[in-house]
Amino acid sequence: MTANISGIDIISPLGLSREEHWKAVLDGYSGLAPTRSFDSTTYDNPISGEVHTFTPEGLPRRLLPATDRMTQMSLVAAAGAFDDSEIDLGRLDPFDIGVLTASTAGGYAFGQKELQNLWSKGPKYVSTHQSYAWFYAVNTGQISIRHGSQGHSGVIVADDAGGLDAIAFAARRLRRGSKVVLTGAVDSTMCPWGRVAHASTGELSKSEDATTAYLPFDERANGWVNGEGGAHLVLQSTSDGRYGVIRGHGATIGEDRLSQAIRLALGRAELRPQDIDVVFADAAGTRAADQAEAEAIGEIFGRGSIPVTAPKAATGRMGCGTAALDVAMALLAIRDQTIPPTVNVEPDKSLGLNVCTTATRRRITNALVLARGIGGFNSALIVGA
Amino acid sequence: MNKGDAVVTRITMADLKRALEEGSGVDEGVDLDRDLGTSAFADLGYDSLAVLETGLRLSRENDVDIDDSIFMDLDTPQQLLDAVNEALERRRQAS
Amino acid sequence: MSRRVFITGVGVVAPGGVGRDNYWDLLTQGRTATRRLSLCDPEPFRSQVAAEVDFDAEAAGLTEPQAKELDRAAQFALVAAREAIVDSGWAGTSPPERTGVIVGSAVGATTKLEEVYRQVSKDGVLWDVIPDAPTELYSYFVPSSFAGEIARDAQVTGQSGVVSTGCTSGIDAVGTAWELVQDGVLDSVICGATDAPISPITVACFDTIKATSTYNDTPESASRPFDVTRGGFVLGEGSAMFVIESEESVERRGARVYGEITGYASRCNAYHMTGLKDDGRELAEAVTAALFQSKMDPHELDYVNAHGSGTKQNDRHETAALKVSLGEAAHHVPISSIKSMIGHSLGAIGSLEIAACALALRHNMIPPTANLTRPDPELDLDYVPVHARSRRTDRVLTTGSGFGGFQSAMVLADPEKSS
Repeated sequence: MTANISGIDIISPLGLSREEHWKAVLDGYSGLAPTRSFDSTTYDNPISGEVHTFTPEGLPRRLLPATDRMTQMSLVAAAGAFDDSEIDLGRLDPFDIGVLTASTAGGYAFGQKELQNLWSKGPKYVSTHQSYAWFYAVNTGQISIRHGSQGHSGVIVADDAGGLDAIAFAARRLRRGSKVVLTGAVDSTMCPWGRVAHASTGELSKSEDATTAYLPFDERANGWVNGEGGAHLVLQSTSDGRYGVIRGHGATIGEDRLSQAIRLALGRAELRPQDIDVVFADAAGTRAADQAEAEAIGEIFGRGSIPVTAPKAATGRMGCGTAALDVAMALLAIRDQTIPPTVNVEPDKSLGLNVCTTATRRRITNALVLARGIGGFNSALIVGA
Repeated sequence: MNKGDAVVTRITMADLKRALEEGSGVDEGVDLDRDLGTSAFADLGYDSLAVLETGLRLSRENDVDIDDSIFMDLDTPQQLLDAVNEALERRRQAS
Repeated sequence: MSRRVFITGVGVVAPGGVGRDNYWDLLTQGRTATRRLSLCDPEPFRSQVAAEVDFDAEAAGLTEPQAKELDRAAQFALVAAREAIVDSGWAGTSPPERTGVIVGSAVGATTKLEEVYRQVSKDGVLWDVIPDAPTELYSYFVPSSFAGEIARDAQVTGQSGVVSTGCTSGIDAVGTAWELVQDGVLDSVICGATDAPISPITVACFDTIKATSTYNDTPESASRPFDVTRGGFVLGEGSAMFVIESEESVERRGARVYGEITGYASRCNAYHMTGLKDDGRELAEAVTAALFQSKMDPHELDYVNAHGSGTKQNDRHETAALKVSLGEAAHHVPISSIKSMIGHSLGAIGSLEIAACALALRHNMIPPTANLTRPDPELDLDYVPVHARSRRTDRVLTTGSGFGGFQSAMVLADPEKSS
């Protein structure tokens, strides 16, 4: 029983829709810029990947005081993915439709506001929405309410790797009887309290120049940039998967276990390394992490052969939304037979990776997406035509 | 909300409308100006959370407490308005 | 493939007793661990009662850095996981890549996050918080760190993560782990859940929606599921962790089992983020699905461990759901809520309840619903008031409902005694 992808929508610093984002990526644009959502002069990390043009117009106004920006974006992308799938949800049994998203840190900006209300003014200033607007399950909950889906649903948290794990769990739900599952992830923690959390890793770039702030696989790699956004995808078990299918997934935990995750995914997909046409890399953007990833890729595919790309260099990393966005782009790459570029990067040849720095036409049947999470999470997902 | 030096003794439906909208938004097609005084919360698209949120805002803005048990019986904005004004009146009489 | 999966180890950190044996003693003696809130100052709050764990991290085996740096929920989970692993005898019997860690949590490292927030914001004065946070802050920011901690401690490398579905996280994490073993992704999983939400922001958020008990003068009886005087749940904390293994793994090493997980199902009410409908239809659907997977008729159930949070709406909702899904059997099967004794620890409670079910299977004893002295006439089922009941227990059902609309159910059976 195959998990077909029948709908995709994207929200990112490069666009408010799937095609707007994809065109901007292929044209080599970058969505990285000096931070605007909050005063970042207090912080050492001036660059962010923000979705400046996002407004929650189109969402019911009742939802606005009760939802974090992350949830608003997620609701818009989820509706877009359902529309794209052209499934008439009203004709299905609601128990056959599920929602399975990943979360990173929940509705963090909403949480900062409420923490401030509590500590600067008192408990009476904590809103009634706090009990549900920030917790990790909120996007799944709100999407299920908005679309009337009553089937088995869930939420996975595995830092950035969760974006792939959620999609794999969604495919599992189809094998276990759900007919349609909305999956993927959209994340936003664009507030000072979020920035301080990201900065505590010591891995955020301090660059003031957006063109040098996120340079994965480059000798000049100096960290990553925090972004917001992600992608939602509709999976269904019936045969009309216009974008492709989920072929296999593997996940491990621990250092130096990324290659094992890739092997597990290949095994489940019943594919050999030579059947993979492109790798969408995790691209953590620090020298040590880039080297570890290059070694894992080299171990499986050999040095310098398979095309590797990191379009996230144009958007930054948005928690678990990053890998979901990569999966969406991998499917669009299959649709358009074009590998999106890794912008701004001059690949360090000593890493032995064949990094695509421009949009590259190529026959693509199967794409491998990699994601690592802080704490040792390693995930690999293969999608195919 | 700072009401300056004046001690508030009474709030109006306009105050309630503002607290309702700020805390819970308003559904498309709902005309609060026209219907707030005469409708039930449910008819205007508000659930018990919205009633709680509105009551919470009005209580803290006016520094009064509305008894938990009263919330069980609040179906209409008029009833909530009356509850807040009764609490304000009790405070005025106590001082 | 669909393999059989068994619980072989149970570890618990709960209000009223750290450790599985202390936990079971509390439950079977019908004692309550609800008391005046002390983990933070109760004065500013409407609900001033909580079910707290008297926890000494170093006495429980953690190092000084762990005691200082790990969030309280992570500490609970680590200690409970270690107890489960020792209990199971599983360690060293399986390749590390074939075991993973799946932990449920509703609110993650909320306690530590609030602590750090107060420092960097100067108690809410600064929106542009000071960028001087401990390096551990990221591990509080993303609760997947709980799974990472346990995987490192147990030296396992298989698929791991955190399941976060609000108050059903505790059932859903074990259910997720069950599916991974059934499907052959893993052979064993260290799974369960944890939460330590007794921190001002969480106490305040439940205060504002009036969900928590205000029996502040009688804290020992503040949690009153199914009672006509019930007035909300008592916020709790804790963790229960398990080792679950495939049939092949159990047989290979001759492990003793608590029970088999025979069914797990979850649905959403798609209705409201915090509200429940009176008909309990979606929870009923989850129960029916879990029983169907277990090939069990409702009459075969010996015990139902209810969500029983003690709010007016939940207990009504759940009673309706049980009547629909169990039919006539709902009127005969003993049903109890241990939240009456250990409060509602949000994401952790589902696992604490599975632990109670596993122990009920092993010891043939059903924990009571404490404080149930004035039954609600609308709720007319057998809720095992006040006293534990000794009876042969081979098949149990546990249910949960959570914010976001999640409704989950799991069925356990004692394979030695049932056919």
